[in-house]
Formats: sequence, C-alpha cells, structure tokens
Amino acid sequence: MRILETEHLTREFGGVIAVNDVDFHVEKGLVTGLIGPNGAGKTTLFNQITGMDRPTSGKVIFDGKDITGLPAWKISRLGIARTFQNIRLYKELTVVENVMMGLHFKVGKDPFHHRFAQAVKSYVFASRENREVYHKAMEWLSFFELEEHAQDFAGSLPYGKQRELEIARALAAEPKLLFLDEPAAGMNPSETAHLMHVVDKIRNLGVTVVLIEHDMKLVMNICDNITVLNFGIKIAEGTPNEIKKDKGVIEAYLGREEEE
Amino acid sequence: MLNFFQLILIYAGIYALMAIGQNCITGYTGMLSLCHAGFFCIGSYATAIICKTFGLSFWLSLPVAAVATGLVGLIIGIPTLRLKGDYLCIATLGLGEIIRNVATNFNPVGYNSIPRASLFGYQFASRNKLAFIFLIWAFVLIFYILFQQLAHSRLGRAMIAVREDEVAAQSNGINVTKYKISSFVLGAAMGGIAGCLQTAYTLTVQPGSFTFMVSVMVLCTVVLGGMGNGKAVILGAFIIQFISYLPQLTGLTNVIPAQAKQIIYGLLLVVMMLWRPQGILGRDKYRYGDPRTRMEKLSDFFRRDKKGSRAKGGAV
Repeated sequence: MRILETEHLTREFGGVIAVNDVDFHVEKGLVTGLIGPNGAGKTTLFNQITGMDRPTSGKVIFDGKDITGLPAWKISRLGIARTFQNIRLYKELTVVENVMMGLHFKVGKDPFHHRFAQAVKSYVFASRENREVYHKAMEWLSFFELEEHAQDFAGSLPYGKQRELEIARALAAEPKLLFLDEPAAGMNPSETAHLMHVVDKIRNLGVTVVLIEHDMKLVMNICDNITVLNFGIKIAEGTPNEIKKDKGVIEAYLGREEEE
Repeated sequence: MLNFFQLILIYAGIYALMAIGQNCITGYTGMLSLCHAGFFCIGSYATAIICKTFGLSFWLSLPVAAVATGLVGLIIGIPTLRLKGDYLCIATLGLGEIIRNVATNFNPVGYNSIPRASLFGYQFASRNKLAFIFLIWAFVLIFYILFQQLAHSRLGRAMIAVREDEVAAQSNGINVTKYKISSFVLGAAMGGIAGCLQTAYTLTVQPGSFTFMVSVMVLCTVVLGGMGNGKAVILGAFIIQFISYLPQLTGLTNVIPAQAKQIIYGLLLVVMMLWRPQGILGRDKYRYGDPRTRMEKLSDFFRRDKKGSRAKGGAV
C-alpha cells in the first residue's frame, strides 16, 4: 500500500528546474531511500512534500489526501515528521526540552472545544502538564539512549548525538511517515552503525521512513526501496540490487563509458 | 527625597507592566518590536475617553483599554508579523509613530482633570502616592504571576520554540503565525493596561508624552534585566527609572541636563551588549525540562544543598 505519492511534481526556481515531473512513491512500513548526486533535487523534493516550500505544479498525496501547498505545521500534524540536512535543534534549550517541543501536538484531529479545554487546562495546571510532557519526552530519550544527556544543552552535544536528538524530536509526535535528510552526514563509522540500528528500531515501531543519504553502504543495507534522482528527474527506482545494476544510475554517478 | 523614591516606585511599576508585555513579545517569541509607546498611548486615550467623556468608572476603563489595545495589536500584527528581525523593528517603530500622530490629530490638547479612580469609596488622589504604589504594584504582581504561568504553559513552550527556530517549530506542528500574533496581542494589551494606570495617576493625557523614547525605554528595560525572564524585567524597570530620576535624586538638576539620561541609557546598552548580552539576571535556568513540582522547587531553593536534589533538577 502506498502511504505517499507525488504526481508530476515540479518545482522551478527561475530558469532552474530543481524537481522535474517526479512521480515518487513510498510503500507503507518500508524504508525508502532517495539518492542522487549533489544538486539532484532530493532536498527540494523533501521540502515540497513537507510543506516547507510550494511546488510549481503537481500533487502530493498522503494517506489518500491531497496535501499539496498546505502549510508545514498542518502537514506535520497530519503525521509527516522530518529532520533537516543542516541540523535545526533548539540549541539553547536542553535535550529533554527539545523533545518536549516535539510533543507539542499529537497526530490527529480533536474537535475545537476539546482543544480549547486542553489549552485552558495546560495554562491553569501548567506545572503538572509540563511534568507529564517531561516524562513522555524522557521515554523517547531512553528509546534513543540519550537520557544521560537529558539536561545538557542541545548545542553542546556531539554531532552524531545531535542528529539522533533531531530524529527523537521528530519521532516524539508519533508520525506515520518520517523523513530523514542525510542523517549520516558527518558521522564516523561507529556512529553510522548506531544510526542503522536506530533506523531499524524506528521501522519496528511501524513508522515508514524515507531517507536521503550519500553513504551507499548505509542505503544499500537498510533500504527496501530506492529512488534515484538526477538533475531533478527520476532516473530509476527499485530494490537495492536492481539499483546497483542499473546503467543509468552508474552513469549518473560515475559518468558514461567512452564508446569506441 | 522620599517624594522621588515614591515617584520611582510608581513609574517603575508602570514600566514593569509594559516591560512584562514587551518581554512576552521580545523575550519569549523573539520579535523585536518598538511600538509600546503606541500601545501605551491607546490605553491612556481609552481611559481618558471612558472616564472623562462618558463619565464611567475607572474599573470599567481598565478592561476596555486592554481589549482595545489588544485589538489594535491584532490588526497591526496580522500584516507586520510576517516580517523578521530588523524589518519588523522598523515597521513597528513606524506604527508607534502613526498611533501617536493619529492620537494627536484626534485630540491635540489631550485631556485634563480626568475623574479620579475610587475603590470601596476610597478616592485615589495623585498626592497620595502610597495608595498608588499599592494599586500599581498589585497589578504588577497579578500580571507577573499570569505571565509566568503563561511562560510555563504549552503556549509559552510554543513561543520559545518560535524564538529558537521558526522552521524547526513548523516541523514540530507549531503554527508559527498564530503564536506570534497571540504573543503580540498579549504584549500590546499590557501596554494598554500600563497606560490606563498612568492616566489614573496623573489624571491628564498629553499626546506629546508618547514619544519613541518610551518604546526605547521599555525595550531597554527588557534587555537590561534579561530577555525572557519575568523577575529580571521588573528589576530592569527599577534600574531604568532610577537612572531617569538620578538628577532629581542627587539634587543636581542644574548640573545634569535632562537629556543626560538618554546618554546613560545608550551607554548602558553598549556596556550590556559587550559584557553581558543575556541581561543582568539572564534567562530562566529552570524552565520546562525540570521534573520537580513547584513545592519541590521551593523547598530545594530554601534547602540550597550543594549537590543533591538541586543538581539533579537541571542544567545549571
């Protein structure tokens, strides 16, 4: 079953077509990789889907609903969470506070009067509400084995841990679909190995994962499906083994063999 | 001398109320706004009109002033809060001046001999400063508690998230525009309440008194005390008012010109930016990520043991 589909998605920046007529789709419960050389339009595609940017044309369909052009916060509330290529943590807040921000809402729609009552309750009993959210956040931190850093400032964590914290914050909202933008960038091999383990754990929670990654070993190991972009155009999709043998992909990465 | 100390207490209270509002806008949500003079002006005019023109009670004018100012904040906020940083600052600066000019054209001579406020038959007369000190500081206490509670609630958490990183806040499902506007409206309403109380004290409203300098002083108050810290803002109000009345206090009004305080404010801000950009008290250390209840925090505060429970609580 497809949880996410884009139809003829296009994004132009002036004369540059960053994403060109892409039909990208994600199967529910699987890990999908999105790869391609630098400037291929991977992050732009992410931004179109998560509402950080509006597509020039085309559609994004999530869970059977058309979400094209919705504001980012609404899309997050529908159940799409993401991390960023250049880490965007609340650096001056502590680690546990960062995850608490991720718990700002729960996926789903409550009627207005219910939400209003909750807002009043959270104001009058702020201290109690805070503690409830705090304990939930601590559960997520222990899931990511970050609880010992709970009271450190997010900006002071080592790089790999910051990436994991960002994933923890995104996952705290209990999304259906999680986008990871280059989660292993700048990580050392042992951190990358730990990341693989984390992604596995997330998959076991029943969350569908889409990741952009340049680390081919990681992509080939954990992805069930891979889509390849080059110059904004989808050039291949399939299982890791199919992608490894695909001529178009090899050309995109290594260049064409000279013909004699 | 005592007279001036009482005056400082009254004006420190009025500026503390405005600074609480400014702190909500600048300290929590991180928007640099410079139009508190305008909100102050609306509050004063609303009170004058209700008490003088309609002859109604001061206690009615208080909520009306707050709501009217809040509404103006909402109308101003919707278009301007799309701007960021310096641009928002310039836009709000202009709006403060627009409000002042509209008020001047609306009633260029201002209002005089506004009826006094009364409580249970007691009339608040301007010469009885002590009564005003109690009245104004009672309001400061109430709004300090209300805004502290706000800062610790879910709403306050979302505002802090917006201040720290707007894009990340959106990805956490936080409606950035909504929180920016609510913070701006609440902050504006505080300006209105301060204006209302000042009118009750002076019993006159002059359009010339709502200059840009008032906005700068309020911003100074917040920056000086510590952005996003409720107590610090009130401390800042004291310091700013103390400096403002320094010539009178020292009896050197002939030697120190009135404009000297502007130089001192400027100097103070430069010194603060260089050596202590987070303000005198800095930001609140314990905020959300502290599992202790209020009572536990209080008892830990009094126990003050060096390691133990306090260190467990959070980042120091």
